[in-house]
Amino acid sequence: MSGDKLHFRFSRSEMSLREKLWQISWSYVALISLVCCIGFFTLYSAANGSIDPWADRQMMRFAVGMLVMLGVALVDIRAWMRWSYGLYAMALVLLVAVQLHGSVGMGAQRWIDLGFIQIQPSEIMKIAMVLALARYFHGASYQDVGRPLFLLPPLAMVFLPVGLVLKQPDLGTAMMLTLASGAMFFLVGVRLWKFALLLAVGGGAIPVAWRFMREYQRQRILTFLNPESDPLGAGYHILQSKIALGSGGLFGKGFMLGTQSHLNFLPEKQTDFIFTMLAEEWGMVGGVVLLALYTLILAYGYALSLRSRNQFGRLVGLGLTTTFFLYVFINIAMVMGLVPVVGVPLPLISYGGTAMLTLLFGFGLILSVHIHRDVIIGRRGAAEDI
Amino acid sequence: MTLGNNREGTDRAKIIGRRALLLGGGKLALLTTLVGRMYYLQVVEADKYAVLADENRINLRLLPPPRGRILDRNGVPMAINQQNYRVLLVSEETDDINDTLDALSHIIPVNEHDRARILREARRHRSFVPVTVRENLSWEDVSRIEINTPDLPGVEIDVGQSRYYPLEGLGAHLLGYVATPSEADLQNSSDPLLELPGFRIGKAGIEKVYDIALRGKGGTSQVEVNAVGRTIRELKRDDGVPGLDLHLTIDVELQQFAAQRLGEESAAAVVLDIHTGDVLVMASTPSFDPNAFNRGLSSEEWKELIGNPRAPLTNKAIAGQYPPGSTFKLMTALAALESGIVTPDMTVLCTGQMSLGNIIFHCWKKGGHGTMDMENGLKNSCDVYFYEIARRVGFERIAEMARRFGLGSVTGLDLPGERSGTIPDKAWKRATLDQPWHPGETLINSIGQGYVLATPLQLAVMCARVANGGYAVTPHLARDLVDGIHAVPRVTPDWPDLGLSRQNLDVVHRGMFAVVNEPGGTAYRERIKDESMAMAGKSGSAQVRRISMRERETGVKKNDELPWKERDHALFVAFAPVSNPRYACCVTVEHGGGGSSVAAPMCRDILIEVQKRDPQRAAGGDPALKHDFEAWRQARAETEAGHQALAREVDRRFGPGTAAGICGCGGLHVQGSCGA
Ligand SMILES: [Zn+2]
Ligand SMILES: [Zn+2]
Repeated sequence: MSGDKLHFRFSRSEMSLREKLWQISWSYVALISLVCCIGFFTLYSAANGSIDPWADRQMMRFAVGMLVMLGVALVDIRAWMRWSYGLYAMALVLLVAVQLHGSVGMGAQRWIDLGFIQIQPSEIMKIAMVLALARYFHGASYQDVGRPLFLLPPLAMVFLPVGLVLKQPDLGTAMMLTLASGAMFFLVGVRLWKFALLLAVGGGAIPVAWRFMREYQRQRILTFLNPESDPLGAGYHILQSKIALGSGGLFGKGFMLGTQSHLNFLPEKQTDFIFTMLAEEWGMVGGVVLLALYTLILAYGYALSLRSRNQFGRLVGLGLTTTFFLYVFINIAMVMGLVPVVGVPLPLISYGGTAMLTLLFGFGLILSVHIHRDVIIGRRGAAEDI
Repeated sequence: MTLGNNREGTDRAKIIGRRALLLGGGKLALLTTLVGRMYYLQVVEADKYAVLADENRINLRLLPPPRGRILDRNGVPMAINQQNYRVLLVSEETDDINDTLDALSHIIPVNEHDRARILREARRHRSFVPVTVRENLSWEDVSRIEINTPDLPGVEIDVGQSRYYPLEGLGAHLLGYVATPSEADLQNSSDPLLELPGFRIGKAGIEKVYDIALRGKGGTSQVEVNAVGRTIRELKRDDGVPGLDLHLTIDVELQQFAAQRLGEESAAAVVLDIHTGDVLVMASTPSFDPNAFNRGLSSEEWKELIGNPRAPLTNKAIAGQYPPGSTFKLMTALAALESGIVTPDMTVLCTGQMSLGNIIFHCWKKGGHGTMDMENGLKNSCDVYFYEIARRVGFERIAEMARRFGLGSVTGLDLPGERSGTIPDKAWKRATLDQPWHPGETLINSIGQGYVLATPLQLAVMCARVANGGYAVTPHLARDLVDGIHAVPRVTPDWPDLGLSRQNLDVVHRGMFAVVNEPGGTAYRERIKDESMAMAGKSGSAQVRRISMRERETGVKKNDELPWKERDHALFVAFAPVSNPRYACCVTVEHGGGGSSVAAPMCRDILIEVQKRDPQRAAGGDPALKHDFEAWRQARAETEAGHQALAREVDRRFGPGTAAGICGCGGLHVQGSCGA
């Protein structure tokens, strides 16, 4: 059987570099690059028709990110599995460190400045958490997952970093970590009533959480509920964003002709609100086209992940695809006034190096999962089979 | 690898496949809600947000229209807009405001007070908003700043407009002035122009009356602004309507002549076209320079203006109310003639005084005028003659006649601040003083003393109505009718006929002619010798003090013996040319002394100048008004002969010096003994 033949080949364990490169889903890479190019044009427009100061730097980061992505893709999936707990532990330590020594950006402690590079541990955690959970659930049988005690360690693995991120406070990342982990719990077969139970407990915790929230976070939530109540203050961003979107109409105002963005009514048009600018200039048509490209990337992520013959790969692929989806959904829903403004960038398009690197790293992992889709990994871990 | 392991793996693959499908479906559903939200915002609500976006980015800016000029009847500018150079400072264009101000202070004075204000304003506004450093720069300053621009970062020269009155004091009382609107102005007007900083509206005079027309209509400029309010570009512009250039009926050269002729006196002169109502001259002296108000007055200058007893700020032509004195006798004469009680031929013997009850009323001429008929009464301005005819017709008729000729109420001139004067009667006295009318007051008021008050303009209108054959001409200053912001050429209306008989007016005309042109007339010395320009007039001297019995016995003091405030007001009204009347003039000199000696020569000179500037004066006019001097003189000689015969007859019948004459009843008898 051809399957046996393939199995045999991979049992020899290592693929050559040429084989790996051949296995990379180049159409997936092209799709990602296409979205990034849309980002460059949008940043060019945001700078009033200049590649300086955003588009050029973004291209540099994209180039670096691409190399990182390919490098990550070529690393054996078993190696990633082996490193996953280590990565998670490192991210957790950094999250604690940022609490103690981090510098304050945007009113929150998020960065660690190592001199030559600024590290944002919460970004590392977005990847490390997926890897760690995937490793934990890799060997779990359906019966294991049914046991509540079995679910306690991964729950702790989720809520520890989420708590730390919330303390920074970074509502957006906390939301993404929670939801991405939830999706992974769901994927391994955790029964729905357990989610319902957790939700009920969480709902009961809302008043408690409210008390621990910073004033600006409460304000953001209140403003979200009725942004028009304070059109010059806190609700200004959402209102101006909605005006920009709405006035763009079906076909938009044209490239570089968005009045709201170019006259600076739109805040943070090159970062969190870049979708608004794009949809102002290209209209609903442009917005839907971008959304379709994102959906295509998601679909690819699903297809590539589900073709993996090992649980770890499937979970990593689907978890990271879900993370990517959360970026897309939270950002666009945010600028359209559907969820609070929590500071999640539009993936691959918003100006900013950290998110770009995280995303391309994640795509690299998905590619790695795909390249090493036929590797069979034993229930107890990678070492067993090598 | 065990089989169980494999099966286990397949089960897990099945679960994750199923759950991934569910998860993917959920994600698709969420993405679909995003599309739905996009559809709602960008299609359903698109129009609403498009409007909001435009409201965001489009600012409507008002463009103030240039204020209309005010010109005289010949197009000589009386009020214009002058360029007002200002230095502005844009703080974002300089690194250090203080350095720039230091550099600027080498060219124009910038004191500490200015500096503090500039720094304060610069802090308060956004950095691209210019702050005014100094206004009303001279051209030299402007050019010096322009030369030094490289050393003055952030300094800009801006040209605004300010009102300038090139004739300075001349016409200041007519033109009024402009100023920034008051709170009340803002509340009463819906014109958004008033809200503009630095916008000025007419606050007095012509500037106020025709403010709407002079103001014009504001234009608008739609500009695109960014989120902090900086202008990006202009989208649409509507220039509005510039203010109307308003022509007055004033002849500036005549006005100048009149003002000069009035000289240092506290006086007013008005010249009217008796047919059209055009005001050719309206001078009030002393005057003031309205530009000084724009520059800003020092408190000394202001005190001087306010404290000056000759009231430079008052337009005496419309706001000065004076007893008209003997000029009022025109009204008494017309009332008597029109009543039918007195005929032109009826004579009164003036012995210098007349008694009524136990009060003695004096004629201005000690010793009396002798036998006076209507023409002689006017010519000599004999008080006793008018006492007598007033006694006969009563003051009610005189008051009614005076009102017909425009006294006692405002003339309706298109200038604010006009006063109505006073024409008293029984009801008036009852209402204001709560006293009955005394018969003696009829006599006093009939010669324009007592309660009677009139403005120089009213007297000019009265004279014009007498001269034009009894038509109720009304004066105006704007050459054209102004309708909203447009000018419509004025068509002289058919003035209402006052209903006087031509013969009676003719008698008064002849009397006025005699005043000036016949030897013995009170103003004979001031006649115009060129007969084609001859004027007819009536003098008036209004007493402002009581003359005591004692003074009358020892001799009434001459005016030049009295302090200024106690001297008589001198008045003269006249029309010219008599051969084809066209112009009426009134000159009033406060405390000037005698009407015939002080006001008449001024009036004469002004009327000569008026006619010199109108070579067409002989043409046109009302043929019925054209007077033939020769016929008048012949008729006059015959009357005089008749009077002399009559006087001889009286002397023969009643004894020399008896007060007797031809009565209204037709008979010849001693005064006061009429049986009819
Ligand atoms: Zn007399
Ligand atoms: Zn009689």
